[in-house]
Amino acid sequence: MMPFLPVVLFTDWLVYLLVAVIAAVAWHVRRHEHLVAPWRRVVRSKSGMVGLVVLAVLVVIGLLDSLHYRPRLGVQQADAKAAYAVDVLSVFDVLSEPLRARREKTYSAPLATELYAKETIELSDGGQAREYPRLQYGGAHLQNPQEDFVADVAKHALTGVASGLFGWLALTIVLCASLAHRHQTRVGESWRRIWCGETEVPWAAILLTSLAILLIAGPAIALGVKYHILGTDKVGQDVLYLALKSIRTGLVIGTLTTLVMLPFAIALGIMAGYFGGWIDDIIQYLYTTLNSIPGVLLIAAAVLMTQVYIDTHPEMFTTTAQRADFRLLFLCIILGVTSWTSLCRLLRGETLKLKELEYIQAAHAFGVRHLRIVTRHVLPNVMHIVLISVVMEFSGLVLAEAVLSYVGVGVDPSMISFGTMINNARLEMAREPMVWWSLAAAFIFMFALVLSANLFADAVRDAFDPRIRSRTLTPARLRELAAGSGGRGAERAA
Amino acid sequence: MTRPLLRVRDLRTWIDTGDAVVRAVDGVSFDVGHGETFALLGESGCGKSMTALSVMRLLPDAGSIVGGSVELDERDLLQLPEAEMRNIRGRRIAMIFQEPMLSLNPVMTAGENIAETLGRHTGLAGAALEARVLALLDAVHMPDAARRRHEYPFQLSGGMKQRVMIAMALACDPELLIADEPTTALDVTIQAEVLDLLRELQKSRRMSLMLITHDLGVVAEMAHRVAVMYAGEIVETASREAFFARPAHPYSRKLFDSVPAGHKRGEALAVIRGGVPPLTGGFSGCRFAERCDSAWELCRRTAPGWHDAGGGQKARCHLFAPGEKMKEEGGRQKAEGIPARSAGPLHPSSFILHPSSAPLLAVRDLQVHFPVHRGLLKRVVARVKAVDGVSLAIESGRTLGLVGESGCGKTTVGKGILRLVEPTGGEVLFDGADLARLGHGELRSRRKHVQIIFQDPYASLNPRMRVAETLEEGMAALGLGAGRTERQARIDRLLAEVGLSPEVKYRYPHEFSGGQRQRIAIARALSVEPRLIVCDEPTSALDVSVQAQILNLLKELQQKKGLAYLFITHNISVIEFLAHEVAVMYLGRIVEHGMVDEVLGDPKHPYTRALLSAVPVIDQATRRGVIRLQGELPSPVDPPAGCHFHPRCPAAFAPCRQQYPGKTEFTKTHAARCYLYAAPAAEEKA
Amino acid sequence: MIAYIVRRTLYAIPILIGVNLFTFALFFWVNTPDDMARMHLGLKRVTPEAIAKWKQERGYDKPLLFNSGAPGATEKLGDTIFFEKSIRMFVFDFGAADDGRDIGREIKARMLPSLALALPVFVVGLLVHITFALLVAFFRATYIDFWGVVLCVAMMSISSMFYIIGGQYLISKLWHLVPISGFQGGVDSAKFLALPVIIGVIGSLGAATRLYRTFFLEEINKDYVRTARAKGLSEVTVLFKHVLKNAMIPILTGAVVAIPFLFMGSLITESFFGIPGLGSYTVDAIRSQDFAVVRSMVFIGSFLYIVGLLLTDLSYTLVDPRIRLG
Repeated sequence: MMPFLPVVLFTDWLVYLLVAVIAAVAWHVRRHEHLVAPWRRVVRSKSGMVGLVVLAVLVVIGLLDSLHYRPRLGVQQADAKAAYAVDVLSVFDVLSEPLRARREKTYSAPLATELYAKETIELSDGGQAREYPRLQYGGAHLQNPQEDFVADVAKHALTGVASGLFGWLALTIVLCASLAHRHQTRVGESWRRIWCGETEVPWAAILLTSLAILLIAGPAIALGVKYHILGTDKVGQDVLYLALKSIRTGLVIGTLTTLVMLPFAIALGIMAGYFGGWIDDIIQYLYTTLNSIPGVLLIAAAVLMTQVYIDTHPEMFTTTAQRADFRLLFLCIILGVTSWTSLCRLLRGETLKLKELEYIQAAHAFGVRHLRIVTRHVLPNVMHIVLISVVMEFSGLVLAEAVLSYVGVGVDPSMISFGTMINNARLEMAREPMVWWSLAAAFIFMFALVLSANLFADAVRDAFDPRIRSRTLTPARLRELAAGSGGRGAERAA
Repeated sequence: MTRPLLRVRDLRTWIDTGDAVVRAVDGVSFDVGHGETFALLGESGCGKSMTALSVMRLLPDAGSIVGGSVELDERDLLQLPEAEMRNIRGRRIAMIFQEPMLSLNPVMTAGENIAETLGRHTGLAGAALEARVLALLDAVHMPDAARRRHEYPFQLSGGMKQRVMIAMALACDPELLIADEPTTALDVTIQAEVLDLLRELQKSRRMSLMLITHDLGVVAEMAHRVAVMYAGEIVETASREAFFARPAHPYSRKLFDSVPAGHKRGEALAVIRGGVPPLTGGFSGCRFAERCDSAWELCRRTAPGWHDAGGGQKARCHLFAPGEKMKEEGGRQKAEGIPARSAGPLHPSSFILHPSSAPLLAVRDLQVHFPVHRGLLKRVVARVKAVDGVSLAIESGRTLGLVGESGCGKTTVGKGILRLVEPTGGEVLFDGADLARLGHGELRSRRKHVQIIFQDPYASLNPRMRVAETLEEGMAALGLGAGRTERQARIDRLLAEVGLSPEVKYRYPHEFSGGQRQRIAIARALSVEPRLIVCDEPTSALDVSVQAQILNLLKELQQKKGLAYLFITHNISVIEFLAHEVAVMYLGRIVEHGMVDEVLGDPKHPYTRALLSAVPVIDQATRRGVIRLQGELPSPVDPPAGCHFHPRCPAAFAPCRQQYPGKTEFTKTHAARCYLYAAPAAEEKA
Repeated sequence: MIAYIVRRTLYAIPILIGVNLFTFALFFWVNTPDDMARMHLGLKRVTPEAIAKWKQERGYDKPLLFNSGAPGATEKLGDTIFFEKSIRMFVFDFGAADDGRDIGREIKARMLPSLALALPVFVVGLLVHITFALLVAFFRATYIDFWGVVLCVAMMSISSMFYIIGGQYLISKLWHLVPISGFQGGVDSAKFLALPVIIGVIGSLGAATRLYRTFFLEEINKDYVRTARAKGLSEVTVLFKHVLKNAMIPILTGAVVAIPFLFMGSLITESFFGIPGLGSYTVDAIRSQDFAVVRSMVFIGSFLYIVGLLLTDLSYTLVDPRIRLG
């Protein structure tokens, strides 16, 4: 009998599908040199790779958080039907058990050993006193917080920094060795090349980013198991845990939304541009109408309606997680409906242009059928627009989630997301002294996610958009190069 | 000798393309004298435009001058601070560009565009400024200048825009005018006018003119001195007379040989093998060595210096090295003794007429009208009569050249025959069936007989498909070749036929040059074994040396397979070389047709005459006086009543305004539609 | 040109009808009025009577599309939810909110505060963003350009809510320069509006500057700019007289669509700063699940969008001679 019951939520299915699609596309691209070429340009971009490294770490967290299960309850008799907990957990929850399980009573500041508010405590002598009670978990190992605190934090932090550095060095050496192996040079030579920026892939930037991540993650882990390094929220949950859990929600909204809308946008956009006439008129009418409804209002209306549906059909959802997930999925769909129009219009315009191109005319001259022309000639030549639009859309969607949750039409209040974090924390702004750590945590993690996505998206756009030809050399550098190439010209002039 | 106005020494300009650094201009030196027209001649990518932009210091962001000097009256422009350079631009050196459509600010009127230069350098204002603008527009012969100066660029025709550009450049009486391919984007009749204008202005203002062009004909008509550029450097300089009498450098000679012309019809054109070497690295020897027929080992080892080729002519070629001097004229003879790399004379039989045989394709009264939607409900208010009653016939194994200027509807004729645009009237009889009326299924079964080759080699191949896939597509769609293996074998054969090795079939189009792409496009058309190919300006985007290869190939294929071509082009010399018959189109109709010799040798229709007279010719002895046409091409929405050509015709008289003229036959094959030759009855009636 | 404008106006009608039908379907078909009543009254153990009463008070008790019980033909169609709740919107008759207040009056009263905030944000924003973008474009391909773009990307990676929270914290709470939130009519409004306007402009600085920069760069690489330089004009003249004039076409047309939306106000800015505009009205309605208000706002929003499209077409004819005269 299984110790757990795997649970695959709607969004999980789609996440798996997305991973499979990306893997398939990557496999296909690798086999076609002309498809690899623009990706080479992406890989060469420093800012893009910095973004990608950060993004990769966040994506791994998000993926771990997408493997869900329900643990078995208690030990039961062998023949009895196994009962499983109502709570749906994820692999990430298991890994972050120390964060998740150590729940305090209410607010506590980052690295605090006491609650944030005074409480009346029964003293052993029967009297009462108002003081800051010790936290149940945070810094509980300290006998005497006032004296030991600084030393203990410093000790843990240093351990963390040291292990971070060690891990980074190991990573760097492995990289140097593998590069040396590939280019048939010595390890020292690869090391020199990396730091002199002579490699095609900007390894120096990638390694420095990894260093920064490891130097943050090391101490965070070392301290995290003993303290609440970003404090706790109103119900005593670790804020770091909340922030990490929010990553999945952000990623799901940013990716699944486009995945959901992509087939419609592509099919309708190309059809409108390719066939023209009344088909074009209908599709244009459709997207102008949808576009004319202000996005937030359309989402609000749709989400309210979903909520009514969920509330009136409680029998469909066995767990809270499933309810929240259904709402998340629906939010993705409705966000998709509001955002497909711009891509559709872009594709229509591009198809209109392509349609007049001579290779498509040549295909017509052979009597090639429309479906084949669309799939072989049009679609592959608009895919760069689709890709650019997908990566550019991502960060906007993550930001939109926060706003929608604030308005009350975002994800389910029981689902951890940046929006719900901000929304809950906002109410505490007025408190004196202020409870700032929830906001700060949400800000930092959201900024990291969105910024890294933006940097990566920019690199992708620069590499794929034929109109953009970024320069790598400045005029001064060109002159330098010319000077280096010697007095060949001078000779000739003489 | 007096000091030249402009002295360029060892100019080097590099461009960063993002992937590599291109040494576009690599040590160029030349002089432009006072009042002289200096032509910089070269094929695309040789660095001639970059040289001009470097002189103006107007390089694109990615480019940079990395060495050399540009002296204007002994002052090095490259050392000037930018602010001072701005005082020179527009006042002492002015420039006009290739694309007049793109070179004027679209939201400023013609007058404003010109006034700006004046305001910047002369400080004129108000009425004086206005008067000067008008005077300038008059000086460039702008028709109806007072009205035109208030119009926006999009309201002006291409020729008028170039006139505005010239007026703008002349505004401050510059000492040097740089004209970068000033007529390449224009039709021949307009080109003739613009060249006339430039020549006239240069003479009357005693201005120096630096003319950048790829067209030997333009050089022959305009230049005093010529410099030939190849792969970032100048390889020959000469006076025009010397250059056209005896081009020295092997590259120059090849250029001359590869220009198509009537007298080369019986033979294949000379071609320059290979392609221009990449300019991303240095060279150890002569840059032309790999493509040169007379290159020897020295050429590959050391770069040649400048050598005197006699008569003030200089060439950067070892053939003229002083070491060779003992043979005195030896170098010259050696250079001239190079036989044109010819595929041997072509079959003379292909030029024998077969007037008796039935035509393969007969087009009768073809009409292609496009509706114009206007007004509240987008009703059809007018029709663009792109093709308005065209009849023509082509026999197997023969080429009909369809000539006309842009906008005359010649491309639409080709597309209408293949039903890439739907004809609105007339018949397209092929093998007894009317293609214009067939249902889609029936049409598909006949599509393999008629195929098409397009103009733009870059747009004609899908960048996402391998060559083999591109070639297989037509066979698969039309069910040719049983199974994959047979088709693959056919693909190999096709590639060999167009002169490519079968290995290229697994490559993608971006790996090929323009000429190679055009070969692939030809192979694609051939893949379904057509009997007629519509060639829609297949060589006009190519350099002359590459054009020669494609023309040779087309001719060879015709002889081998008995193909018929409908060859659509604006280039008369290509027609002279390739076609058996010619039809001249003007505003949707054919005004004259006949055998090549008849039409080109003895043109009847006034439009044909004007068109032929406007073509710049290399051999100045055969030059005809240019017949100037009045006005511009009218809109095909609302063609003039009577003969469409009458408003511009120098010989128009009363009947021309009444009714479209009927056909007058001069010989069995030669006919024109013009009242000049109509039966006297018609004249009397008028 | 007049025919063009009339045609565009006529084109708007089917779109409005489409929006109307769509919202009707969404609000009355996907979930029935019964569902809504049940949700408002609390889910557990609601009596059918209570539901009927709730529906009757708000006029949701009528048939959806066709009232077979009504006497005349007009009543058969007119006395329905579709007519009362959807058709009437075309004459801007929105009826009462679920809490009984008249939506039309509420909208009229709240339009002005919304405009008082949104208009300065729009005008100041446009000027500031264009200036910044021009600066960055002027220094293109230098470090200023590079770091300018990086800054833009960083700024657009910050959620607008953090701009508001940060601004409120710094300027109001720490420095006590302006009140943290609230609104008053008349001259006093400046005091309340200063902060939201500044935040509104800064919040969109990154995205707008980056977008406008690409417009400028696209123009700068065109041939006519080279011609202008060949005339001997200075880079500043080229930028202002030639590039700006042409780049204004995409900038203006993008901005003009937004003008009608100024009436709608900004959802979060208004609600964070407690400005009694349409934005905070909408947010409140969504939070209290007032479907009547949300439905009305959807209609108004679409209407304004279509007005914006018309204005865009008009502005094209003003700034682009190719459309004015072509």
